[in-house]
Amino acid sequence: MKTFAESNFPGRLIAVEGLDGSGKSTQIYLLKRWLEAEGIKVYFSEWNSSELVKSATSKGKKRELLTPTTFSLIHATDFADRYERHLVPLLRAGYIVLCDRYVFTAFARDVTRGCPPDWVRGNYSFACAPDLTMFFKADLDVSLNRILEGRPKLKFFEAGMDMRLSADPYESFKIFQGRILDQYLAMSKEFNFLIMDANQPVEKQQVIVRKLVSERIDLKKFKRRSPLPLPPALPGDREVHIETEEDKAA
Amino acid sequence: MSATNHPFYGHGIPGIKPEDLGGTLIVMEGADGSGRSTQIAELVEWLETGGRPTVQVGLKRSTLVSEELQKAQEGNVLSRTTLGLFYATDFADQLENIILPALKAGFIVLADRYIYTLMARDMVRGMDEAWLKNLYGIAPIPDAVFYLSVEPQELVQRNLSKNATLDYWESGMDLGLSREVFDSFLKYQAAMSDAFRQLQKTYHFEIVDANRSASAVNKELRKKISRLLDQE
Repeated sequence: MKTFAESNFPGRLIAVEGLDGSGKSTQIYLLKRWLEAEGIKVYFSEWNSSELVKSATSKGKKRELLTPTTFSLIHATDFADRYERHLVPLLRAGYIVLCDRYVFTAFARDVTRGCPPDWVRGNYSFACAPDLTMFFKADLDVSLNRILEGRPKLKFFEAGMDMRLSADPYESFKIFQGRILDQYLAMSKEFNFLIMDANQPVEKQQVIVRKLVSERIDLKKFKRRSPLPLPPALPGDREVHIETEEDKAA
Repeated sequence: MSATNHPFYGHGIPGIKPEDLGGTLIVMEGADGSGRSTQIAELVEWLETGGRPTVQVGLKRSTLVSEELQKAQEGNVLSRTTLGLFYATDFADQLENIILPALKAGFIVLADRYIYTLMARDMVRGMDEAWLKNLYGIAPIPDAVFYLSVEPQELVQRNLSKNATLDYWESGMDLGLSREVFDSFLKYQAAMSDAFRQLQKTYHFEIVDANRSASAVNKELRKKISRLLDQE
């Protein structure tokens, strides 16, 4: 699996992975805020969020129609839609793309559900690897407590109830998450995960995240040419405008 | 009916053993206008009159995604990998909910198109054959696959006499082969037929000359299917 940099994309992709409740979404959100404030071209994409596929996925989940195979395929469809319609054009245009979950979520989850690892990986083989993958590793208990605090109603597939691990959704969720964590850890070396200590306070983690990102990606290359969004301009107008500004600066 | 073993092309479906899959799986492939549905209807009539239970499946008929797939196609907004995976999801849903249970119960399953059409369409759109092979490794190997082969010129005539128009997707209009649907249809069907020929090397389906009358084709199919059922 080649990274986007290795595949000569001008843009870079940063992914966060981890269990539900590991705090990865908060961290990538804060990273996005920082990059935006720095004037960097940035785009955020979330797992399972393609408008087109969503209605089928939610029907499948609500009516419990999904098997491990169709669960895997429908998420791959969702990913492909975002990949081809957003990620690839943005990365070709030199954006920093932030992904809350990437193909590794499927590698871990679908394999835990019993899909053959080679089959799942093969289906996602059209995708390049992230240039940076941060895995937020919290103690299993910490993640579970964050999610289970207040005993929310766990959804059927979220709790892994389709796997018949336990009749109790909370018990099932714990076993399921434990197995997913094992899968993640088993692939962490192969895919160069940067392991983040997610038991630390949020702010401390964010300092490390920003440091890692700025060390590994030459951020100034990804700055917008103008700090403020330009008003809609006539074709050709924009280039002229920027040239004069740069001339002044020089 | 004796249980015939149905191995999968590749990884198969988690938890399903090929030796539990009895029954008979018969696939009809071919372009729109090749007479697939007419042939299947005739075969169902013949088989059921003969006391054999049948089940029918076809593309874009799943509970899970058929509506969404239809909508997405109308807007023509999906790119090729997405559309390919969406169709694979539709196939997998019917495979697990209809085909596999019917085979387990010893039924004759008649599939109006199978993975080969899906693979051929994706290949014409530039998808990698190895990627498709892995993806569709979930499919059990049929007992017989009949490819109803019809010359593109004859297909045009049949489609126009039936609908007075050529279907957007069956003409491959998304590929930009030609602005004119008539030319695009001919080019696309020729490309599809090449893709089928390529797949035939691996999947060995029987090519049936369907330029002939429906009854002549049916006679040939019955003969072949009888032979197949007698073997069991």
